[in-house]
Amino acid sequence: MADHLEPRIEDQISAWRAYVSRPEAIDGRDVDELEDHLRGQIDRLEASGLDGDEAFLVAVKRLGGLDDLSREFAREHSERLWKQLMVPGEPPAPRSGGGLPLAVGLAIGAGLAIQIPALFGIRFGDDGAFYARFAALLVLPFLATYFLVRRRASVPTVAVVAVPFFLAAVVMAVYPFAPDGATLVLAATHVAVALWIVTGIAYIDGRVRSTRARMDFIRFTGEWVVYLALIALGGGVLVALTMGVFSAIGLDAEWFVEQFMVPCGVAGAVVVAAWLVEAKQSVIENIAPVLTKLFTPLFTLLLLAFIVAGLLQGNLVGGGEIEAFGQRDLLILFDIVLVVVVGLLLYALSAREPLAPPSWFDRLQLLMVGAALVVDILVLVAMIGRIAEWGASPNKLASLGLNVIMLANLVGAAWLQLRFAMRRAPFERLERWQTGFLPVYLVWAAIVVVAFPPLFAFA
Amino acid sequence: MKIGKDLVAAAATPMVLGILADGESYGYAILQRVGELSGGELEWSDGMLYPLLHRLERVGHVESSWGASPSGRPRKHYRLSASGRAAFAEQRQQWAVVSRALQRVWSDRDGGTDFAGAPAFGGA
Repeated sequence: MADHLEPRIEDQISAWRAYVSRPEAIDGRDVDELEDHLRGQIDRLEASGLDGDEAFLVAVKRLGGLDDLSREFAREHSERLWKQLMVPGEPPAPRSGGGLPLAVGLAIGAGLAIQIPALFGIRFGDDGAFYARFAALLVLPFLATYFLVRRRASVPTVAVVAVPFFLAAVVMAVYPFAPDGATLVLAATHVAVALWIVTGIAYIDGRVRSTRARMDFIRFTGEWVVYLALIALGGGVLVALTMGVFSAIGLDAEWFVEQFMVPCGVAGAVVVAAWLVEAKQSVIENIAPVLTKLFTPLFTLLLLAFIVAGLLQGNLVGGGEIEAFGQRDLLILFDIVLVVVVGLLLYALSAREPLAPPSWFDRLQLLMVGAALVVDILVLVAMIGRIAEWGASPNKLASLGLNVIMLANLVGAAWLQLRFAMRRAPFERLERWQTGFLPVYLVWAAIVVVAFPPLFAFA
Repeated sequence: MKIGKDLVAAAATPMVLGILADGESYGYAILQRVGELSGGELEWSDGMLYPLLHRLERVGHVESSWGASPSGRPRKHYRLSASGRAAFAEQRQQWAVVSRALQRVWSDRDGGTDFAGAPAFGGA
């Protein structure tokens, strides 16, 4: 049917192909599909009496405007688009241009906010407890503000983000934590996690029910960590040079570095890293998924080696003298291993083309999840044994809770990954499962912050 | 008559699922069929069909494969999966309820005579 098209129309179709291929959301195979449609339409229009040029024009017009089309494709394939977060149709210049002054302003704001306690005589290092309580509360509101302003968030969205910040500030201010108590450390770390997820609500402009939006926030988190690490490297060089050049002329810059440069730098970097993620998406390939590809095989080997070594030693679960899981630090270490495994899964998911068939990498992930499950069950048995023997402590309960959540996550992930590898379930189920855990993490972090300290008498 | 955008959008999924329930098809043929079934009243710009098909594929309601058109050019074929069949049955029931309710409202207004123009989506 398409063979009889005039050469001139073929040229026009090639030009049209080049035009339609420009938006990143529409990939080569999609263009093939659209071209098939276009040719079908041209054939039919020619059959009804239009000449070649007219038929081509009408057929192109019926496909719809490229802006609308690429926006619809972008909605469906956000993973392709993520490299350039700009949604087509929005003018690109104000987006990247208007963001910088705002980001710099808020970064300076965060840097100043972290110094406010100094006005009341509270210095870094003097009173660790104060910064443990309030560091996240002093910095993250600036990041949330950045997103709320950039997204022109509605009043309800602003309220949904602001209320948790307010409640967290009240809890952290009024709880009578014992100095250096375990519950203080737990509350400080978990309040940071909880507020990060709340900041995520600002990032996705309140679209909390959307799996795709949640996945975008997960992608953002990964890239943000990478940029923050890069900034930290540069910052480290700056600190070393500052100390070096001033000591060369006999001045000690240590107090300045400690009191101003590092705290203000870290607070500002939180906002600047977020700006970089948004501004540079179109420039650089996402890094987190690349690191994931690199480390998934290595972590799988680590887990398998650990299981084999443990079996050979024969005392994994605490029967022998060297209780692998007997020490509390090791329990936390294995929590971290499991968090990393879930992270590797998550970032591999985040960059995957959803419609691609299962590959060797998906099967490798299945192996990794399986190994992690074995390790997790061993850790859980050991933990429950410890708690039965020594009673519960806040740290043990917090590790246990995290472990149960990771176990639930990995069981579901293994099951869905298996079904996906067997082509029994679509990839979308995996994505939905993992993004569905964001609220679980938020709730658990909130429980540790709000309920643990009174439960354990603020010890 | 111009059918509103929201109604067209809402009808698109059951329409496509219903057409694929009759057998494997491809983009252009699906749109032709939509035109035939609705007498040309239910129209959206052609390109929008494809993101919709891709979404149905992502959630597992349809499966796709690349074949060739009679002239040998690549052509993407779609067919309903088991979950797509279930989704279609469910949508069909929902639309039947809506359609029945609307017909009743109108027949009350018109004093008992059936309203001839009542939509009958979902029965595709």
